[in-house]
Amino acid sequence: MNEFRFYSKLDLTVLLGRRAKNSRQLLEGLRHVPDASIYFHTHKFLLQYHYVTPVPPNDFAQWALLSLNDDLLGERLSSIDVVQYGNLGDLRASIMKVVEEHVEANGSRRECPPGEEFHFMASQAFIVPTPIVVHTLQEFAAHLEHVSLNSLYHHMFDARLRLGRGENDFSAWFRGIGKPELAEEVKKLDPYLHTLEGLRKRLAVLVRRYA
Amino acid sequence: MLRIEDYSPIVGQAMIYELFRLARQLEGKKIQNINSTAVGGGVAEILSRMMPLLKQLGLDAHWDVIKGNEKFYAVTKKFHNGLHGVPVEVSQEDLDWFLEVNRENAEQFEFGDIVFVHDPQPIALIEKRASVGRNWVWRCHIDSSQPNKTIWKFLERYIAMYDAAVFSAPAFEARLPIRQILISPSIDPLSDKNKDLPEEVINAVFEKYGIDRNRPVITQISRFDFLKDPLGVIKAYKMAKGSVDMQLVLAGGGATDDPEGPMIMEQVKAEADKDKDIFVLFLPPSSDLEINALQRGSTIVLQKSLREGFGLTVSEALWKGKPVIAGAVGGIPLQIRHQYSGILTHSIEGTAQWIKRLVSEPEFAARLGANGREHIRNNFLITRHIKDYLLLFLSLFYSDDIVHFS
Repeated sequence: MNEFRFYSKLDLTVLLGRRAKNSRQLLEGLRHVPDASIYFHTHKFLLQYHYVTPVPPNDFAQWALLSLNDDLLGERLSSIDVVQYGNLGDLRASIMKVVEEHVEANGSRRECPPGEEFHFMASQAFIVPTPIVVHTLQEFAAHLEHVSLNSLYHHMFDARLRLGRGENDFSAWFRGIGKPELAEEVKKLDPYLHTLEGLRKRLAVLVRRYA
Repeated sequence: MLRIEDYSPIVGQAMIYELFRLARQLEGKKIQNINSTAVGGGVAEILSRMMPLLKQLGLDAHWDVIKGNEKFYAVTKKFHNGLHGVPVEVSQEDLDWFLEVNRENAEQFEFGDIVFVHDPQPIALIEKRASVGRNWVWRCHIDSSQPNKTIWKFLERYIAMYDAAVFSAPAFEARLPIRQILISPSIDPLSDKNKDLPEEVINAVFEKYGIDRNRPVITQISRFDFLKDPLGVIKAYKMAKGSVDMQLVLAGGGATDDPEGPMIMEQVKAEADKDKDIFVLFLPPSSDLEINALQRGSTIVLQKSLREGFGLTVSEALWKGKPVIAGAVGGIPLQIRHQYSGILTHSIEGTAQWIKRLVSEPEFAARLGANGREHIRNNFLITRHIKDYLLLFLSLFYSDDIVHFS
């Protein structure tokens, strides 16, 4: 099957009823929340703030920096390079390690002001087909500029980590139609370094090169 | 009447397609909104704008209003204040009457497949679930982050009978045995308060009030109420004005039922009398176009709230591409990511400092405003609100973490 159908993903935000006002409570939360929550707090802002560069840090880092006023913890959490992780379990372990080490070294007496607690959330994802179906790289390149950012995000980010497919959907399809070099180039792209529009342009350039 | 396609140039055709696609999954389901008033108040306003759009998407959407008398609304006013954390006293007679009115209403309704109950007034309709079944969701539009315990305890037993509860900001979530969903409110970009305005309309409003558009204008649109901190705004303006020229506009409704309201208004007026560059405008409720013009013509918009429900005035200003400096309270941090899409402050001094910086650095200020507008486009317009409601309704029928529609 050579066709590729673009899908879009729409999220319903779920409040998990768990909050943290210091780093120890953050660690406790990290230990217990579902994988979907780890994904939510390390990715949701990418779609919400898709137009800014540099991309703001993940929610944990942002909270440590702005609400806990803890520059060290914030900086270390900001430095976690999400693209290096192939699954959410490893990503969670890495975030927990940073917070755990920080709590051991510095304690957790620092608390956020009332009303600025960290609220753990997650999302229920609804994946819907779009009417856009392509069969060749030329068609892919032509339609890429019309797909929604939700769709682009779904195939580039969700597919790899949230759906656990190990790689983005575009690379999988390129490989399937006999374009393994293109598949590798797209796989090597670090999507976290781009705005979504920037990512769209970068993808278009790569695809046209092989079309 | 507005058509759903009218939003396409703003949010993109793909978004409109996605709304139709989601709505298709709800074909044949009767969706019934129930609240306590058809006019007045934020809930009625958003429902009246949303209902025609839901119907255009092909949904069998309905809106019913419960009937109550003065005594009933006196009790529900106590509930409202209690959820806001105000100390209130409710008697057993109050509670009995509240339940009686809810039960009478429940007998009159023909319930839909999805019963979407807004705010506390109709909350006890859920008792009917035992005999009619259906899917029930309770939507809390109120800041319930620090509720009065007695009121919460009473309401909690009814909330727990629903399938899900919906809150507007993470801080409003509670310890509940049911699923809790976050759905933020929204603004309508095509309403009088938010639609694009010709430059001459903006100029006319500024001229009417004698405000000079050739000099920087800092504006806060809010009720004159302690929690909106108008006196703190004046202090911040004075601190900033020591080094940068500017005018201050404080515009909003008159005194509220806040007992300190009249006193604050007097102090605001007294301060304004001392400084010809402070403009205090008491605007009637029908001033949407003027508010729109004031926001659009301002250099910076402030929302220095000490406590806030959601703070949609922030979304309104950001949508107009304005740099906004706002207190980091209630739903405001959802709308502003500090130094990306606006500025969050915690003090008068911090507010003054940022006013000076943004007036002095118009390029940085413009970037914040442009980012803010994009943030609102993606997250706080009525189309996103509709999308969230459709997903909420679908979540009553699909419980998987990831749901695929083919």
